[in-house]
Amino acid sequence: MAADTKTSQLQDVKKFRFKFPESVESLFLKVAMLSVFALKCLKGIFRPPFEFVESLKQFYEIGYKSFGLIAITGFIIGLTLTLQSVPTLNKFGAESLVPSMVALAVILEIGPVISSLIFAGKIGSGIGAELGSMKVTEQISAMEVSGTNPFKYLVVTRVIATTLMLPLLVILADSIALFGGFIAVNLTNSTSLELFMINSFSSIDLKDIIPAVVKTFLFGFSIGVVGCYEGYNADRGTESVGIAANTAVVISSLLVILIDMVMVQLTSIIF
Amino acid sequence: MDNNGANGDIVLEISGLQKSFGDYTVLEDIELEISKGETIVLLGKSGTGKSVILQCIIGLLIPTKGTIKVFGEEFTNLPEDKKNLIRRRIGFLFQSGALYDSMTVRQNLEFPVIRQPDYKKSDLTPKVEEALKNVSLSDAVDKMPSELSGGMKKRIALARTLMLDPEIILYDEPTTGLDPVTSNEISHLILEMQKKFNVTSLIVTHDIPCAKLVADRIIVLKEGKITAMGSYDELEKSEDEFVRGFFEFS
Repeated sequence: MAADTKTSQLQDVKKFRFKFPESVESLFLKVAMLSVFALKCLKGIFRPPFEFVESLKQFYEIGYKSFGLIAITGFIIGLTLTLQSVPTLNKFGAESLVPSMVALAVILEIGPVISSLIFAGKIGSGIGAELGSMKVTEQISAMEVSGTNPFKYLVVTRVIATTLMLPLLVILADSIALFGGFIAVNLTNSTSLELFMINSFSSIDLKDIIPAVVKTFLFGFSIGVVGCYEGYNADRGTESVGIAANTAVVISSLLVILIDMVMVQLTSIIF
Repeated sequence: MDNNGANGDIVLEISGLQKSFGDYTVLEDIELEISKGETIVLLGKSGTGKSVILQCIIGLLIPTKGTIKVFGEEFTNLPEDKKNLIRRRIGFLFQSGALYDSMTVRQNLEFPVIRQPDYKKSDLTPKVEEALKNVSLSDAVDKMPSELSGGMKKRIALARTLMLDPEIILYDEPTTGLDPVTSNEISHLILEMQKKFNVTSLIVTHDIPCAKLVADRIIVLKEGKITAMGSYDELEKSEDEFVRGFFEFS
């Protein structure tokens, strides 16, 4: 009798046991699998054999070929930000603060985040589609069956390239954005480039620049990992290539924003 | 050679192999032994699990039950690095060829070789030339896969497979999608490679002329189980209508 009561109580507990909706469960599963994938990448970066030639090729494909897009983005960011700030600051008689304000906004936040989002759109989708297509056409399986390590060749090289190239691209975008700001100031007033740069950096020191650069390494790593994960795990079928590319952009863009939020909080605690 | 192929060194031994995807069982209780130098052809309707057997052997799929011994070593549960050592002794020819489309033919052929620990740079070019000569496509060395026809892609894929001097070659529908003349050329090429390199072959095909030409034994699969095994002549005269059906239109 006592056993029956216990069984009945157990059934009641089971009945009311909290169960996550399927979508939440699959979200947790995806986060877990992405984390494992990222850890495998980290291990692969430091463990031989190293794919030097392929890594250099990816630096060129991912870094150099993104130069134009990032440069244009940076220039427009600096130009528009300055054009919009000048009238507002004029109202308060603080026109002289325009270079400092533009530099702070660009270097700390707008430059890294906007450039990374553009990079996620171009490179994240590219990697997702490329690896997804290789998966669908059995090229990754062909590498696997020949006793080579496709993960090292395809994933680790791309993740290294995104991690190292994005910070360089962001520095470039920031520089060009400041130049865009200089052009914008000169549309209404006249100032020398030297004076504009001196004013720009007057309120910025190393403790502002270091966290802004450090977070771009994390942005690059996450964009590379997500793009590779989606492509490498694409289902069979051409439709999955499009899905891999699309999902890679959505998740990596979201991760850029999330990492930015966490890093801003951490920076304010540490510095 | 008897029907079990047991009169030579056994290089591939499949025992109690079962493969399920969710609730759907594709392969059930597959028992097979293949001797060194033997050529086995797997026949069966589409979806009966022929390609799944090949993918289980090479480790692209993990069997639900059963064991696969390759060169006397239980392959299924080996760690990845040890699996790779065995994979280097097995060639796999994909149905699509699976050539790396961002690389030239030369780079495709070099790719598996330069990643082997014992590779010598001086051997590479002669090896590529020899592999292409074997498949009569020496002129294609600097072409991209997109510039090749279907038959040429299969030949190059076979050449890439031969680059690691495999002892076993698994062919997944090597003549599918090709015209009869090219199919015949590929079948003769397979036969030629077997004679030249004495490789053990397991061929999944629907191409009966190809099976007739190359097979020492033919295995017929029905609903994931082996339903018949024997030489071409034996199975052609089989009393089983299902088995005979494969040979009637050839």
